[in-house]
Amino acid sequence: MIMSNGSLRVDLRLIADMVETGSRVLDVGCGDGTLLSWLGKHKDVDGRGIELSMAGVSAAVAQGLSVIQGDADTDLKDYPSGAFDTVILSQTLQATYEPKTVLNNMLRIGRRAIVSFPNFGHWRVRMALAMQGRMPVTEALAYEWYDTPNIHFCTIRDFLALCRELGVTVERGIALSRDGGVLTIDGQGRFANLFAEQGLYVLSRR
Amino acid sequence: MTADLPPTGQTRDPLGLFVELGRDAPIRLDCGIELSPVTVGYQTYGRLNAERSNAILICHALTADQYVADPHPITGKPGWWNDLVGPGRLFDTDRYFLICSNVLGGCMGTTGPKEINPATDKAWGQDFPVITIADMVKVQARLVDHLGIDQLFCVVGGSMGGMQVLEWCTSRPERVFSAIPIATAARHSAQNIAFNEVGRQAVIADPDWRDGRYMDFDTKPRRGLAVARMAAHITYLSEPALHRKFGRNLQGDRDAFAYGFGAEFQVESYLRHQGSTFVDRFDANSYLYITRAMDYFDLAAEHDGQLSNAFKGTKTRFCVVSFSSDWLFPTVESRAVVHALNAVAANVSFVEIQSDKGHDAFLLDEPEFHATLSGFLESAAARRGLPAPKG
Repeated sequence: MIMSNGSLRVDLRLIADMVETGSRVLDVGCGDGTLLSWLGKHKDVDGRGIELSMAGVSAAVAQGLSVIQGDADTDLKDYPSGAFDTVILSQTLQATYEPKTVLNNMLRIGRRAIVSFPNFGHWRVRMALAMQGRMPVTEALAYEWYDTPNIHFCTIRDFLALCRELGVTVERGIALSRDGGVLTIDGQGRFANLFAEQGLYVLSRR
Repeated sequence: MTADLPPTGQTRDPLGLFVELGRDAPIRLDCGIELSPVTVGYQTYGRLNAERSNAILICHALTADQYVADPHPITGKPGWWNDLVGPGRLFDTDRYFLICSNVLGGCMGTTGPKEINPATDKAWGQDFPVITIADMVKVQARLVDHLGIDQLFCVVGGSMGGMQVLEWCTSRPERVFSAIPIATAARHSAQNIAFNEVGRQAVIADPDWRDGRYMDFDTKPRRGLAVARMAAHITYLSEPALHRKFGRNLQGDRDAFAYGFGAEFQVESYLRHQGSTFVDRFDANSYLYITRAMDYFDLAAEHDGQLSNAFKGTKTRFCVVSFSSDWLFPTVESRAVVHALNAVAANVSFVEIQSDKGHDAFLLDEPEFHATLSGFLESAAARRGLPAPKG
């Protein structure tokens, strides 16, 4: 979402800063194309997007972006290996059917992947389950259990374990607050799993 | 140069433009037969710019024609994309030079079974060679050559027009800067071949068909062609669209059955009307030839069974569009094209427009569809270095 002063939402800005000028980027779950559009204008990026909703795709194409209607589970497998420098998956991993396959595909078609997701290990989530015995509904995860699109929640530790299992190198890990602000704690350390509401990771197969 | 000075060899006519092509260089059809000369009936809108970089080729569907934005010479009805063409419109005639030609095998002025076979001085009828989508595109390419255009800024079309778009992009990729295949497929499905066969058999079963020589008897297979159109027309709509329009309402707002086989329900009389008006403007042999051309279409088959091979190395910018309720060219067909384009890392946009209007949605007022096309064209125009819209 572009803020009124023309700058990007904090977490998108963080991702945008990690993208190299003039590189090829695939944004999976690109919404209305805000990030791609920004990258095109400010970093001369050759960007492509995948988005599930017609409204999102239509808005993105209407502003001149190359976006296809589809999703991470079904549409990543077709792209050739090494087609992109960076593949971005922002706040979507937990909504995919096969997160493992999605991550593998991202690192096959891209030199590196940037992944962000809500951390189910955050203390508020733990408290909700421990104290109330109810599935947590927080501002960051504002769905009831029966209507959530998020079917594969993980904690930051779970995610890092999966990366190890897949032989994926975590080049960078950043712990984020709910609004995407950067926390000073180590994104791969034990405190992140307790105090970060989101994690943002740069992955590669080096 | 401007478009209102017709190049030599071209004649103006109240029915539009006509040009004779291929007199010196015959057009070799896929069936092996060479056609020469070939007359092409076409329309243009707007002006070709000095760089010849603003031409858009519009490819029409099975029973449409070159009268995209003109009253139809036979029915008097507005052009089939009338609302999309004009100054300031989606296909902005202040900015683009639009071309639409009647397809090879058609019946609105381009060489086809209705026209005179120079070898016999009689109408071709069933002596006309069997044609393919690729043959239609060969003729269009000759017309584009004739107009002095190397690369088309955009090739756009729905349904069979979309097949032509895909054929252009794979047979002449360097001549297509951007492409918009709409509600189409890279191959005709078994179900669609089946529907076409029902239509053809209806025509052939009509005693007035007379082995395709009906013109010699000053008649035409009206009933057969009407039935073909009625069956086909159902496939262009959707169950919800038909229900919304007609429900089970009886003809003439009666409230009791007549217990007979007249047009009892409104949907029946609607279809009968569609059938009978179609016969007035369309040639039965053309219907046979053009449906057959669609049946033969299979891009992957021409590229070792791998659709992505057809697009290898393409630099064309694609915008693929499908409609959610289209069961003639369902979204899965468009997705196959998109997946093939992704596999060669092509520049592609794709959207499935939510609509309950069926296949015909591409001819109707669908704001989301038009917004998508407009955005895509705008960005392609910027990439091509075409000036932004006035005002």
